[in-house]
Amino acid sequence: MPGTTLTIARSTIPHGTPVERAAAVVRFAGDANDGVLLVGTQFTYACAMVGNAVMTVPDPAAEIRAPAGALAGVTAFQCHFAGHAIHTPGDRLDLLVALNPSALRTYIGDLSPAGLLLVDSDRFVPDEWAKAGYVADPLQDAALQAFRVLAVPIRQLNREAVARVNLIPTEIERCKSFFVLGLSYWLFDRPPEPTFRWIRETYNKNPGLVEAHTRAFKAGWHHAETLGPGLQSRVGQRCLKSGKHRMINGATALALGFLAAARQSGLPMVYAGFPVAPASELLHLFTEWKQENIQVIQPEDDLAAANIALGAAFGGSLGVTATTSTGIALQADTLALAAISELPMVAVHVQRAGPSLGMPTRTEQADLLQAFYGRNGECPVVVLAQSSPSDGFRIAIEAVRLAVTRMTPVVVLTDTYLMSASEAWHVPSSSELPMVLAKQTKADPEHPLLPYSRDEHLARPWAIPGRAGLEHRTGGMEKEANTGAVSYDPANHEAMVALRARKIAKIAEKLPPLVVHGPKSGDVLIVAWGSVCGATHDAAERCRAAGLNVANIGLTHLSPLPADLVGVLRKYRRVLVPELNAGQLSKILRAEYLLDVVSLNKVQGQPFLVSEIEAKVRQLLGPC
Amino acid sequence: MSIPVLAMTASDFSSAQEVRWCPGCGDYSILSQLKQALASFGVRRENIVFVSGVGCASRLPHYINTFGFQGSYGRAPALATGVKLANPNLQVWVVMGDGDACSAGLTHLTHALRRNVDLKILLINNEVFGLSRGQQSPTSRVGTCSKTSPDGSVETPLRPVSIALAAEATFVARTVDVDVNHMSEIFEKAAMHRGSGFVEIYQNCKIFNDGVFEYATDAVIKTDSIIHLEHGRPILFGKDRNHALRLNGFEPEVVTLGQGITMDDILIHDERAAEPTLAFLLSRLVGPQFPECLGVFRNVRKPTHQQLLDAAFQQGDPPRAFESLLAGDESWTLA
Repeated sequence: MPGTTLTIARSTIPHGTPVERAAAVVRFAGDANDGVLLVGTQFTYACAMVGNAVMTVPDPAAEIRAPAGALAGVTAFQCHFAGHAIHTPGDRLDLLVALNPSALRTYIGDLSPAGLLLVDSDRFVPDEWAKAGYVADPLQDAALQAFRVLAVPIRQLNREAVARVNLIPTEIERCKSFFVLGLSYWLFDRPPEPTFRWIRETYNKNPGLVEAHTRAFKAGWHHAETLGPGLQSRVGQRCLKSGKHRMINGATALALGFLAAARQSGLPMVYAGFPVAPASELLHLFTEWKQENIQVIQPEDDLAAANIALGAAFGGSLGVTATTSTGIALQADTLALAAISELPMVAVHVQRAGPSLGMPTRTEQADLLQAFYGRNGECPVVVLAQSSPSDGFRIAIEAVRLAVTRMTPVVVLTDTYLMSASEAWHVPSSSELPMVLAKQTKADPEHPLLPYSRDEHLARPWAIPGRAGLEHRTGGMEKEANTGAVSYDPANHEAMVALRARKIAKIAEKLPPLVVHGPKSGDVLIVAWGSVCGATHDAAERCRAAGLNVANIGLTHLSPLPADLVGVLRKYRRVLVPELNAGQLSKILRAEYLLDVVSLNKVQGQPFLVSEIEAKVRQLLGPC
Repeated sequence: MSIPVLAMTASDFSSAQEVRWCPGCGDYSILSQLKQALASFGVRRENIVFVSGVGCASRLPHYINTFGFQGSYGRAPALATGVKLANPNLQVWVVMGDGDACSAGLTHLTHALRRNVDLKILLINNEVFGLSRGQQSPTSRVGTCSKTSPDGSVETPLRPVSIALAAEATFVARTVDVDVNHMSEIFEKAAMHRGSGFVEIYQNCKIFNDGVFEYATDAVIKTDSIIHLEHGRPILFGKDRNHALRLNGFEPEVVTLGQGITMDDILIHDERAAEPTLAFLLSRLVGPQFPECLGVFRNVRKPTHQQLLDAAFQQGDPPRAFESLLAGDESWTLA
């Protein structure tokens, strides 16, 4: 490419050697059209490609088309990168890039006292302050004195950088994000080469854009060099192991897990999903992926979605649906039907802040009790929880395994935060995936089908239409044991209720032992489930590093709870249960084990900070 | 290649479950005709699925020795759509009562029809909630006295055939429980249809709404109050077949042949018309002002849901390999 080199000239300006650090947290924030998602993603890849552990989370704008510069239009992307394993996108920011006053106002509270604040000073003009509700220039505010503020006229410098390339005004503005990227890369000493390659591949049909984006990037980089000493730091330690990696969010991991389960079981799959964010991510992915063995349908509502999945399970396919919010309550009806007809379907329930519509873009864990108990009648089902973005892959396969071997509906709980948070994932080889054994009954003229007879797991036969000799009727009415005929017999009903419960409870016998991180007995055990597992683990690690006697476990099997859980709980003086609800797992643990646990609850639509959990542990342990 | 014809009888389709409806219920006749019809199709039992919801009518799958699935209130069309997506080769029947189909299930019913899922949907309409002990239903005619409308219902009833037509159903018919030959003929046509086949069956509930369809079942009265639709034929009725239907602008009117009215004036029934406009008009005819129509209102060929899905699958890029999806578009390899 004439005029464009894929290397960058290292500066001769003295700015000291970069400060080595273990981890850093960066957040890019601005209007949707400031390209913060692109900048954040590129920055993340730059970190991941040098082998840092990375975890990211976007913070989408509250409104889809908010006016430029408005508070409701602020979009952000956060990246936590480290030379050691990390499990959250980070608490406090080491760098906040605020591309307009609204972004500053929204996020300045999250900046670490020692943090860097990078702003586009061209956007800090009275009109723009006003949109953020400021009455004076916030950059002159004494409150910002606590931080190191880099006020860079980004718009102007970017225009100068690309002036020699023939671009239309919107293209010039779009290059601005690469100026920001260049600045940020220098601040953390990230290698620019992969981004240069990305620019060249992305704009390969337009040499002018390749040149402009590269120039903008370099201008940002070189401008950073002039900002003064002591600004540059780096996370040099490698954490990721060898092999092929990708970034993966919770939604993609779940969807790939279902794809893998279908492949590994040899079952065709029917995915039925009503469009409701963020569950619709799965619908989008399956539609886009368009696989031979997957039928995708967008039904008329969440009840239809669940019923289509269940009908598909009756028909011999893997029936999968996903929903969120009020749809979770709607699907309770179908899950009860699946439980009594004993058919294998999987419902992914993405928890978001409720009740009812609540705060639709915010996360929560308040649907646990509904997953446990929220159906009519005595109706236990399997409940699993995804505990990190990439964990979705394993959980989806586990959900399918339990559904098809136990002939039961399975609820997979996840949440808004996990669906969009991403981390680096070691891509498994397709040959090393576990097989999923789905046993569909074959007709046997010697032994007529008893559709409600039991195997060693207490599962009934999966007798699918199309196979002669297996004709039978099922549905929502109570079944006579073995024959499956409709029965009102009192003793039979009680026996069937007990049998269905035992079938679910029995799963606990075969679960792998719980993994306890930290001391095997002692002062405090933190019990986490779902997305709280990440912050819990990091908090426990910090406590242990400080010499505290703290262990932690993360539960992925919630119903049934692992058989060894009660034994583990009893080995600690205090059990702490942090949850993004008003204390739902706590309630279950108290009810199941008559064991008092300490709840740490947060119901703000936001994930826990690691520091919040750590503080609670320290409070429990009392003054040292 | 010869197609093996299975010799089956209605009793081959009887399940072991004891049939439990009230004595004199119209459902007995429907069940019996349905089993006769199934025996005549030559479709093997294992390839037939009956799906239903809740109510007296929804017990029907339990009594037929095929595959059967009784779901929850009104959801049968969605369940059946799932069965059909899992295995497009099955012949899938949906049995719904008027309470089931037109209250909770209306959404699912209309969407299954508009998608043209290859389902045979029987809406057994007795204009009352039976199993829940006699409340008004969405199809109860105004003035129906019931447990929840002791002074006569005040709500405007839905007309299932009109709804099916509005939902773009490709096969729409109506029959009546006591006319066994007509019922058989309609079942057979619905079974032969590729796509959503919708059949409303007037059914007498002896306990809670007895005689509500007397005008369609009484041998004497029905000649003047019922039109038997015949494709390509003028719409005539009456003992002497001298009453007829003609259009006056957009309004239907009943005329008597003679006195200046000739066959040329009479509306010809066309069940294959591309637009269901006239079929809709016929579905709006209710007594006592008008005779009501039995027979096939609409019967057009359109691609089924599965055919459309399969065609869409062939469009655009070929499916990506599993390994390529696992790795995504932006993977990297660390040494």
